[in-house]
Amino acid sequence: MTDDLDALRAALKAAPAPDPQAKEQALRLAMENFDRLQGSLDPMRLHQDRPQGAGFLTKVRMMLKTLSSHPILTATTSAAALLLGVALVLPLTKAPLPLALPKPQTTVVSAAPVQPLEKTQSEVVPNLPTALPAPKPVLEKPLPPIGRVDAGAVAEKAPVPAPEQPGGAVADQAVPESAPVESFAIAPSAKLAAPAMRMAGAVADSAIASAPLPNTEAYANAPQNPVHVTTEEPVSTFSTDIDTAAYSVIRASLNAGQLPPAEAVRVEEMVNYFPYDLPQPKADAPFQPSVSVMQTPWNPNTRLVTIALQGRSVTERPPLNLVFLIDTSGSMEDANKLPLLKQSLALMLPKLQSQDRVAIVTYAGSAGEVLAPTPASDRTTILNALDNLAAGGSTAGAEGLTLAYQVADQMAEKGRISRVLLATDGDFNVGIDNPDDLKTFIAEKRNSGTYLSVLGFGRGNLDDATMQALAQNGNGTASYIDTLSEAQKVLGDQLTGALFSIANDVKIQVEWNPARVAEYRLIGYETRALRREDFNNDKVDAGDIGAGLQVTALYEVAAPGSPAIRNDALRYAPAPTLTGSTELGFLRLRYKEPGQTTSKLIETPITPDAPETPEAHFAAAIAGFGQLLEHSTYLGTWGYDQAIALATASKGTDPYGYRAEAVTLMRLAQSLSR
Amino acid sequence: MAVPKDGRAACVQPNVMRMETDDETLARAAVSGDRASFAVLIGRHYDRIHGLCYRLTGHRAEAQDLTQDICSALPAKLMAWRGEARFTTWLYRVVVNAAHDRRRRQAVRHKAAQGWGDWEIARQDEIAVQAEALDWLRQTMQRLSPELRDTVALVLGEELTQAQAGEVLGVSEGTVAWRMSEVKKRLRAMAAEDAK
Repeated sequence: MTDDLDALRAALKAAPAPDPQAKEQALRLAMENFDRLQGSLDPMRLHQDRPQGAGFLTKVRMMLKTLSSHPILTATTSAAALLLGVALVLPLTKAPLPLALPKPQTTVVSAAPVQPLEKTQSEVVPNLPTALPAPKPVLEKPLPPIGRVDAGAVAEKAPVPAPEQPGGAVADQAVPESAPVESFAIAPSAKLAAPAMRMAGAVADSAIASAPLPNTEAYANAPQNPVHVTTEEPVSTFSTDIDTAAYSVIRASLNAGQLPPAEAVRVEEMVNYFPYDLPQPKADAPFQPSVSVMQTPWNPNTRLVTIALQGRSVTERPPLNLVFLIDTSGSMEDANKLPLLKQSLALMLPKLQSQDRVAIVTYAGSAGEVLAPTPASDRTTILNALDNLAAGGSTAGAEGLTLAYQVADQMAEKGRISRVLLATDGDFNVGIDNPDDLKTFIAEKRNSGTYLSVLGFGRGNLDDATMQALAQNGNGTASYIDTLSEAQKVLGDQLTGALFSIANDVKIQVEWNPARVAEYRLIGYETRALRREDFNNDKVDAGDIGAGLQVTALYEVAAPGSPAIRNDALRYAPAPTLTGSTELGFLRLRYKEPGQTTSKLIETPITPDAPETPEAHFAAAIAGFGQLLEHSTYLGTWGYDQAIALATASKGTDPYGYRAEAVTLMRLAQSLSR
Repeated sequence: MAVPKDGRAACVQPNVMRMETDDETLARAAVSGDRASFAVLIGRHYDRIHGLCYRLTGHRAEAQDLTQDICSALPAKLMAWRGEARFTTWLYRVVVNAAHDRRRRQAVRHKAAQGWGDWEIARQDEIAVQAEALDWLRQTMQRLSPELRDTVALVLGEELTQAQAGEVLGVSEGTVAWRMSEVKKRLRAMAAEDAK
């Protein structure tokens, strides 16, 4: 039936000629923007790698000019908020800006992405603990990064109808047409009032200029944790996170020659990617906490407290029912997707025990059971089924998911553990009417005993936010598999841990002692924050720890009187007494034994003389690396050279070569960020 | 004419030659600040951008708006052009992504309008859209999924090869081939339905 195709071709070819007036206007706009971009260049500079900050000042001047020459401002909140931004930024124009800030390129950029992040997150994972009110950034006095103050001010001063989603609310309501609310948006349309448009454009320009090539990836993240004052907020509560997907995404990005977008970085997932040599749990305890205290590598005036949990290894585990739910849509055809998935699963088979059972369900156009439940020992049948998988079809994930759970239900038997493993390149939203329903569905199935883990493949389309949401609701992990060696790590070496959890809903709570710790900051775990009262509420879901797996969290703490303290003492509040216990703080852990509904408590004090270990040094190096990628403002002059030196010195035996690879990535990031 | 600010820009020939200069050279010169090169480049490609915008949106006014958005953002975007793809390929990619962003934003706005109970706005939009949707092309394109629509616009409208279209869309040639066969299938189904 080529007739239809020809008719379509003819109709498409007959595109109307552009309106000459519109063309002229668009071309003029393009030239104006070109000039604006160029005008901000320092004429003495010969190269393009000028700090964006310089351009920003020019743009601020232009904004002011434009503002005064337009008598009638559209009285939108966006205009008001942007004006406010200007007022806050202006004083800095007197200082030699590009030199005064540690990372000139990033300062402006951060103004734009802050909101899209929250928006993406609030859209995709509204029901999760991750979407809990993220702590508001503290407006620090010394050295405020422009972008941060700007964005914070916009978020706080603009009328916010829904307090739990400040960014999204402002973005939707106040600047519906302007670009900065989109992750990779075109500059605002000319329909907006001109001044507002130009200002938004000025911010958007810089964001776009430094953005990597367009892709449709969406990341789950939240703004970095701020510094908390112990007297005001002595307790810090969060859920564990044993996902490592962020590290693989970062590695793939760096290996492709691009710095990862800051929102793709989740420091805790980078730190937890590496195996550490930690003390093993005693007797029947599911895990063993250990604490290390050392001087912070990037700030000699603070201390770094490393809290590490080592999960118990199991030699004997109950038999598993594994249902692979495989995305065979057309987009999975690339060599690093379906073919890599097949190889990965083939790698995994030898690690399974003979009483484990495997089933395969695909989704693509029509969902189907490709392999009926088969004992893992019947390798030929399974491998043949894998070989026959072919990409082609559109994605309708929800249907396949229902079928996968049906198959899992059929396989259910007393004493067996069921898990659905979803393998996709992220095109999961197509065909699903309501992502919330999907998450509710997965959470229900979790409560009935079938868990869900997600394996992500390929780049460019990966919906990290959805992956995280599904895995977190399914009591599983989200892993991103970019190479065969990553498959070896996730599905080979750590298979038992990934599929068999020894403790559910593991929550960590640290109460800091105001006499010894004036300020603290949790590095990473932004998407895992819990409310203080949630710690004792067994109804609140949290992360699981798999057999033999480890979780590490780092706090940077400043002692009272330390020059590193960022918040001034309050005038009217009584000063904390500096006597009493010498403990830095008190660590509380809550967890549930698998299948139990009531939690157990482990408590241990954090003492200042906790040993400093090379393992903690390496964790610190990785945390520093992550913060460099996030353009963190807490690192001062500490940079890649120091991170590389620290990681190299604390590399240890590194049996799998993971740490050596990390050092290579740091070098790569260093040269890419120059 | 602007004085080139950069050594690299200086090697671009003066005006007369410029009409013959290839896109990549012009783009490189524009990236390093040469105004005239950028003007030639965007003048040369405006119609192409507009054409693709029309094919992607199937809507004249929308195509015009989208083209303007793209033009105004192009200077900044060009800074991210690293010359690893042909300029036209890169440009097509920018257009397709801009169209996606627009669709997404419209979906969000539509939702927001409903959320605020402002159904009248949504209803008026609907009426306006329907009035323009009477022609066969738009109806046909609307019945294809966004992915298929993009593919058709590039392969049939812009006459790219399946490999080129794949490069623009970031999918493999095989996927484009599959999508085109899917389009044929859908067209056949639609024709059968219409014949009833």
